[in-house]
Amino acid sequence: MEPVIAIAIGVLTGSGVWLVLRPRTFQVIVGLSLISYAVNLFIFSMGRLKVGAPTFTESPGGASALADPVPQALVLTAIVISFAMTALLLVVTIASRGLTGSDHVDGREDGL
Amino acid sequence: MPDAKLLLTLMLFLPFASAAITALMPAGARNSVAWLAGLTALAIFGVGLWAAPEIYAGAVLRAQHAWLPEYGLNFSIRLDGFAWAFTMIISGIGALVVLYARYYMSPDDSAPRFHAFLLGFMGAMLGVVISGNLIQLVFFWELTSLFSFLLIAYWHHKDAARDGARMALTVTAAGGLCLFAGMLIIGHIVGSYELDVVLSSGRTIVDHAMYPAALVLVAFGALTKSAQFPFHFWLPRAMTAPTPVSAYLHSATMVKAGVFLLARMWPVMAASDYWFWIFTPVGAATLLIGAFLAMFQQDLKGLLAYSTISHLGLIVLLLGLGSPLAAVAAIFHMINHATFKASLFMAAGIIDHEAGTRDIRQLGGLYRAMPITATLAMVAAAAMAGVPLLNGFLSKEMFFAETIETHVDSAFDHVLPYLATLAGMFSVAYSLRLIDQVFFGPKAKDLPRKPHDPAIWMLAPAALLALMCLLVGVFPAWTISGFLSAAVFGVLGALTPEYSLAVWHGLTPALLMSVVALGGGTLTYLGLKDYLSGEVEGPPLLRRLSGRRLFERAIAMLSWRWARVLEELLGTTHLQSQLRALVIVMVLAGCWPLLATAAFSPATALANVGAWLGSTWLSPGWLTSSVPMVGMFDPALVLVWAVGVACAVGAAWQAKYHRLVALILMGGSGLATSITFVWYSAPDLALTQLLVEIVTVVLILLGLRWMPRRDELIADDQQTSARLRRLRDLFIAIIAGGGVAALAFGVLTSELTATIGDEMIRRAYPEGGGHNVVNVILVDFRGFDTLGEIIVLGAVAITVFALLRRFRPARDSFAAPDQKRFQIEYDSIRYAPAKDPINAHYMLVQGVIIRLLFPVICAMAAFLFMRGHDLPGGGFIGGLTFAIAFILQYIAGGARWVEDRLVVLPVRWIGAGILLAAATGLGAVPFGRPFLTTAFRYVELPLFGKTPMASALWFDLGVFALVFGATVLMLIAIAHQSIRVYRTMEKASVREKAAARNRGDA
Repeated sequence: MEPVIAIAIGVLTGSGVWLVLRPRTFQVIVGLSLISYAVNLFIFSMGRLKVGAPTFTESPGGASALADPVPQALVLTAIVISFAMTALLLVVTIASRGLTGSDHVDGREDGL
Repeated sequence: MPDAKLLLTLMLFLPFASAAITALMPAGARNSVAWLAGLTALAIFGVGLWAAPEIYAGAVLRAQHAWLPEYGLNFSIRLDGFAWAFTMIISGIGALVVLYARYYMSPDDSAPRFHAFLLGFMGAMLGVVISGNLIQLVFFWELTSLFSFLLIAYWHHKDAARDGARMALTVTAAGGLCLFAGMLIIGHIVGSYELDVVLSSGRTIVDHAMYPAALVLVAFGALTKSAQFPFHFWLPRAMTAPTPVSAYLHSATMVKAGVFLLARMWPVMAASDYWFWIFTPVGAATLLIGAFLAMFQQDLKGLLAYSTISHLGLIVLLLGLGSPLAAVAAIFHMINHATFKASLFMAAGIIDHEAGTRDIRQLGGLYRAMPITATLAMVAAAAMAGVPLLNGFLSKEMFFAETIETHVDSAFDHVLPYLATLAGMFSVAYSLRLIDQVFFGPKAKDLPRKPHDPAIWMLAPAALLALMCLLVGVFPAWTISGFLSAAVFGVLGALTPEYSLAVWHGLTPALLMSVVALGGGTLTYLGLKDYLSGEVEGPPLLRRLSGRRLFERAIAMLSWRWARVLEELLGTTHLQSQLRALVIVMVLAGCWPLLATAAFSPATALANVGAWLGSTWLSPGWLTSSVPMVGMFDPALVLVWAVGVACAVGAAWQAKYHRLVALILMGGSGLATSITFVWYSAPDLALTQLLVEIVTVVLILLGLRWMPRRDELIADDQQTSARLRRLRDLFIAIIAGGGVAALAFGVLTSELTATIGDEMIRRAYPEGGGHNVVNVILVDFRGFDTLGEIIVLGAVAITVFALLRRFRPARDSFAAPDQKRFQIEYDSIRYAPAKDPINAHYMLVQGVIIRLLFPVICAMAAFLFMRGHDLPGGGFIGGLTFAIAFILQYIAGGARWVEDRLVVLPVRWIGAGILLAAATGLGAVPFGRPFLTTAFRYVELPLFGKTPMASALWFDLGVFALVFGATVLMLIAIAHQSIRVYRTMEKASVREKAAARNRGDA
């Protein structure tokens, strides 16, 4: 399955990067969300992919067979923080649109 | 006897502490701030008096505190005779200036601000003179530049004050940076930054190969600070400062820092020809130019400023000569100049204050109006001119005597006595002019105010200083000799020469020079009198040569034109381009290790990849996972990601014109991510991702309302340039995505060695009391991290809330969306009008279900939270679930309906969450454990059974509360905008109607 996950991470990143480079604020918001999926998956996969080995010490098979819990712990908070950042970005963009009348990232339409 | 170390440290910190207190006092408290500042200065003076007996005995008082011991840096105070003498000048004149300023400053000026700056400057200057460490000295040196900037620009509504302050800061702070570099070199040469070590290093510095570099850098620092030619131009411009500031900074203290430093380093740096050839010519040039220009100033303070420049040049010249006797004369003149120049500045301030102008041509005959002021100014000006029986005469005599001596045998050395006499003549001429044209001659007409002597307390400081000029001049042996010998011994130590302070040395060549200077000066003045009374500004010859103009041009070049050019070359105001640059840099950084590998070439890389593909993927065994690191393909997950990938690409494609579609597709990718988490043994992540997905979609849906309609093509999109841009971005995106995919694949197929995770799994239960290792890591092992993260979350939520409080939507978003209008129209035909028509009949069935589900979801949240330590769940997941329970009610019933029935106080939840988490962490401290140590045991709870009660549970409860509060706060804040906008519209329409009615009436 590793190639599939790697490709998935790559496509999420690529789509996210493309959107982040676009001129409209909404595109950037969606792009950053896609990138955060990719990054979270990437960090998570640093612990390698293990099926049926959730990190509960009571599970059969003993501690050595469990998945790596550290990337999971890192990603868990990252998911919540990226939600907060999405919210902040969204509010900034709608406030900027209110002030400038434009949803272009530069706050004016005559972008490059 | 009090502890010297403590006392010295307190002395240095006292002015800063007073400054901080003063700054907080109310603007009207003029007397209290003056008292505080004055007492602070007197307290420092008192410490000086206390130290006097030991200093007179030749002792050096020290205080050291560890600062950065690993770098060998201490916070070090070193009070020797020289530093002590300056301490007395700084605090003594400081106290007088405070008293003077109390009467000088008008009630409209902010007294706390003025005194806070003045005290801060006093502390910084004190720090310069008593620092026992070179780095620390430079720190305080730069601090004096900063406070001088603030003080010069005190009347910041005046252009000239701001310009003068900026120029002074630029010149002196740039010099300070040079000094810093020079000090670093000296520290490198000597091997220590401690002044004690440096001063006892003998000829080490002079003999070192880097001595010239260090000397030039230190010289830049000292010469800029002491306003030496060609850096002198900032000082006259700094005269825009209030006069007490000039009396303090520009006569007694700040400008003396440069010559102080030269004298300080004199014993270890002066023994070389380089020293002589830098400082003597510069000093001589400054002495002459300053004195010459001073004669032609029409502004009273300008005259004093140029005279200060000239006198500082004299001191620099003396120090440059390199003989101990010359150094004695320099130190003596530093002290004398401080007294008579401060007194003169105060007198100038009084004249300005009482007569309303400082223009010498307008003034005249003031003796009758203000006799006391005139007398004081005459004494001080005579001291400045070097008239016998005043202190200026004594040090000038020593100066003349020293110039006659031969130092470095050269033509320049032989010309020096003549230059000195010439400068002496100029000095006499401008002093005479100051007295004659201001106080005598025809009485001035059309003065802005009617002059008279000021209040006694305004005169007292100037009087005290003038009295000192006189006493020192008449009885030098009784008054100044002990003070001077302490100061001299501090610099020269064993080198201290024999010198005599007698008023009468017999008929010496120096006396002859004095007589020539006095006579010549008088004649010069009489010759120039008519020229000076004319309309001409400035001197006949040097008017065109303006360091100031050069400086301004250079600054304009640097900060305006070049900056503009650079900005145009490198900068952009387009965020899109900036983001693109960021992404490209990231991609390049990712490729760097590959490109930097010497063996790398595209051909071999391709060949390698090909060979690897041939051996692994294309061999028939890969389907059955015969390659150890590539796990088995699972058709279900492949399908999930086929959808997930399609969703991501679709979202990227549709986000411009079809936002809702893009949002739904984005959610599809999120779901695929969530499924992957649960597939690969991370149920906690999957739950979190799923819940976050829900709130994110709701959040963005709420935001969509405020975005512009986009139902027609943007014309520019069809242009070739736009197409090319998209093509380029596509290329970047493919490179970035491909790179990340390759990287991920590389990591995924490499062997996982032992990680810290194994250790955490082993310890999770015995030490953390939980079976769910991820949760134990979050609330226990890495609890501090989590604490930081929830604080970030809370801060973001409050930022969102704050941003939205002043939210003004764009005009075209005011009106309700089409769907809503349609619904309202439809409802208003069929049903009786309701207060909130949209919610009366909207989503009726779903609404009922959602309301019924509310307790269920709440219970679910509690359940997920409680079991979190052992099974999937925990504070983050529970908090999100709980938030969703509320958000669903908002969706079903509308904000008004919910808030009529439920009290939600998200900000309090956030606060409670942070407090609870932090308090749990602190709970470990009384037991002698580090912050956030966990204790746990099992307890029997009704209904729940045997439950682990770790103290981490309370921490997790804090996380729960915060996550709930933050999520709900952000969503509610956005949701409320729809209600607010109608209120705004109603108000606007009421206003418009009222306006229309008014027009109709008219």
